[in-house]
Amino acid sequence: MSDTTLARTAAAKPAFSLGRLLLEGRAFFALILIVAVFSFLSPNYFTVSNFLIMASHVAIYGILAVGMLLVILNGGIDLSVGSVLALSGVIAGALMQGVEMQALGVILYPPVWAVVVLTCALGALVGAVNGVLIAWFKVPAFVATLGVMYVARGVALLMTNGLTYNNLSGRPELGNTGFDWLGFNRLAGIPISVLVLAAIAVLAGLMLSRSAFGRWLYASGGNERAADLSGVPVKRVKITVYTLSGMLAAVAGLVLSSQLTSAGPTAGTTYELTAIAAVVIGGAALTGGRGTVRGTMLGAFVIGFLSDGLVIIGVSSYWQTVFTGAVIVLAVLMNSIQYGKGPRKG
Amino acid sequence: MTDVPQQKPDLAEVVLAARNVAKSYGNVHALKGVNFDIHRGQVTTLFGENGAGKSTLMKILSGVIQPTSGEIILDGKPVAFNNSTEARDRGISIIHQELSLAPNLSVRDNIFMGREIMGPTGVDFAEEERQARRLMAELEEDIDPLTPVEELRLGQQQIVEIARALSVDSRILIMDEPTSALSASEVEVLFKVIRDLTAKGVSIVYISHHLEEALQITDHAVVLRDGTMTAYAPRGGIDLEWIVRNMVGDNYDLGSPPEGHVFGEVALSVRDLTVADPKGGAFNVVDRLSLDLRAGEVVCIYGLMGAGRTELLETVAGRLRASSGEVVLEGREISHLSIAERIARGLALVPEDRQRDGLVQTMSVGENLSLASIASFTKGLFTQKKAERALIDASIREVTVKTSGPAAAIGSLSGGNQQKVVIGKMLATKPRVIMLDEPSRGIDIGAKAEVFKLLAEEAKRGLAVIYSTSEVGECLSIAHRIIVMHKGRISAEFDSNVSKEKIMAASGESVAA
Repeated sequence: MSDTTLARTAAAKPAFSLGRLLLEGRAFFALILIVAVFSFLSPNYFTVSNFLIMASHVAIYGILAVGMLLVILNGGIDLSVGSVLALSGVIAGALMQGVEMQALGVILYPPVWAVVVLTCALGALVGAVNGVLIAWFKVPAFVATLGVMYVARGVALLMTNGLTYNNLSGRPELGNTGFDWLGFNRLAGIPISVLVLAAIAVLAGLMLSRSAFGRWLYASGGNERAADLSGVPVKRVKITVYTLSGMLAAVAGLVLSSQLTSAGPTAGTTYELTAIAAVVIGGAALTGGRGTVRGTMLGAFVIGFLSDGLVIIGVSSYWQTVFTGAVIVLAVLMNSIQYGKGPRKG
Repeated sequence: MTDVPQQKPDLAEVVLAARNVAKSYGNVHALKGVNFDIHRGQVTTLFGENGAGKSTLMKILSGVIQPTSGEIILDGKPVAFNNSTEARDRGISIIHQELSLAPNLSVRDNIFMGREIMGPTGVDFAEEERQARRLMAELEEDIDPLTPVEELRLGQQQIVEIARALSVDSRILIMDEPTSALSASEVEVLFKVIRDLTAKGVSIVYISHHLEEALQITDHAVVLRDGTMTAYAPRGGIDLEWIVRNMVGDNYDLGSPPEGHVFGEVALSVRDLTVADPKGGAFNVVDRLSLDLRAGEVVCIYGLMGAGRTELLETVAGRLRASSGEVVLEGREISHLSIAERIARGLALVPEDRQRDGLVQTMSVGENLSLASIASFTKGLFTQKKAERALIDASIREVTVKTSGPAAAIGSLSGGNQQKVVIGKMLATKPRVIMLDEPSRGIDIGAKAEVFKLLAEEAKRGLAVIYSTSEVGECLSIAHRIIVMHKGRISAEFDSNVSKEKIMAASGESVAA
């Protein structure tokens, strides 16, 4: 009995099919196609320096998209990441300008590492607020993060009175220089921002595929009730993914303000939608439980390489928006072909 | 020997017939070639256990779903309905078992939903209200047509559902468990309405778990078991015993309770457990219930739908909160523990609805099997692939899941094998007490027998088992002790030598309305 039950039947081995291969590797093929087409159209596209520049642009979306992937795997959505990105940049900017302690009559200039840690902690805190609202108070994820999106943006605007911090380089005599390291420096010729993205992607990939938490996340996103009854701490998982998403938004905020050497309260508007698009293009299901870091990274690069390519060949930015939209719709269409069982009667 | 399903000639004309109708969902065969006749102006009752295929057959006849094979014959001509609207246009309507009302809309709007009466200036609300009032009067129910449905109690909602089906003036009316929430007097009124309808030539198909109640009204009886028709007879030739025998079947045996081992200490003890209605109703769904379960013992909890069995088990497992009382596992009070902590202490629940509560459809067979015991193969930060694989392979062997391998999609398995995965998942946590809530629902007889064998073996090794079911035959073949639940309380307790009729009587099932 046991022999037969474990025996693999021929039917389980999927027959080789080009259509299936194209469908499952769609984000990868789309990226190849984009690179091929733009390399043909512009001699400047297929160069190492251009790829590195494009990759450093992708880094911002990519970092946000990893956080968004975690949330979407859980069956949720996080609309607040663009605003948290801006708020984090503004907070970092304010910390770089010095914190005046009126009671003591001194101005504190925290070193850059402390600025980074504090900013990430703030992002995590905002994310945790999202998580608690959603997991404990049963506010729908869409509404909770929409509210937090407005609040975070509003606080960023209030803090700066709508203005932008331009002086982020610090002063040597205060010992707080080095903020531009994240956005400008390179290690072995590769921009730091790209390395940060790579490190985050590898960590997230390991967490999803190898850790117990990853399994909990896939299970509670696939069927929360079943996961709950199997002993998965579904509320803790939920709060954790929103916290991580908030923290990653803060990291993206630091990278962006370092790249721009300025921190403005209107930075990152609609970035949450780009992040969602990257996750969806990467093949994740918005209903939760399906998706990978590899797919999401491909999705982020598809969006980044496409829009930068259109800039390089001189297409109007209005067309970029149209193209990006079309790619997203196409991706979702492919997702429903892959996961759906054909059109269902309503 | 079962009765050979033979359609005896009947004087009344057959208006709607199913010929060799079969329906499969993937590997699950809900109906396997059923013939079924509906006679003009008569009541045909369909009997069968849960999962026998009654609701599937009715959904096919009313166009809600399409058969995999076979044909539907209306007035002697083959027809194919693409949806329920097409069937309704041909005079067939259905009252579903699950209420299909929009709770936010009024009674009037629900009755005319989808076929609003149009006047020159849009919907003719006055006419709709007039007709709704007339229907309510006919059903002798004092409900204002403008009341939102969510403000009605369940029985009244069922009345609205019935009124909606009546409002269509159909020739054939299918009633799937129409009385499950009705009071005795409401059932009387419904029966009066049914008699009026049949006098006018309307044909009725009636499905009910209240066997004696159905016997009062029916002209013909058809019994389904595991997707096949097992018996057919006119009213004159049937009694309660005939129905039960054909429903449960006596040509197969699911075995008898495991013997030859001595029960151990009390493993699970429930003391005065009370659970308030999670939907906010006034009555407690579990009412000061106490029971003890010893190691190695199999206790069957029998009861009708809504008796409180699911709520009892979910409260013991930690999903629902008890309003009072205590749960003691191997001498330790566990009421304050989370589900995960209870699983770690050796208490496992196989939930009632495997699609909704048991399986993660996006995960593979292997990942589903290992889901409840992730901690056992996690070292430090990471899960150990080898240890997980060993656990999954052992589990597949133990519960004999027929699958192409651990990586197969969970949806590729038949219902019975999916159920084995849910059971295997919980057994992999090495429980001391396992509770199974209707584990045989929607699985075929072979898989059922395998599940029983597995439970018997585990019980001999000292596992304490609670088996909840609404099928009497199962209690007798698995349980050392049978507890009957009715309205949240234990209404009777038997040993395994009791008769089916006695158990059913204690559940309130065969008590006439």
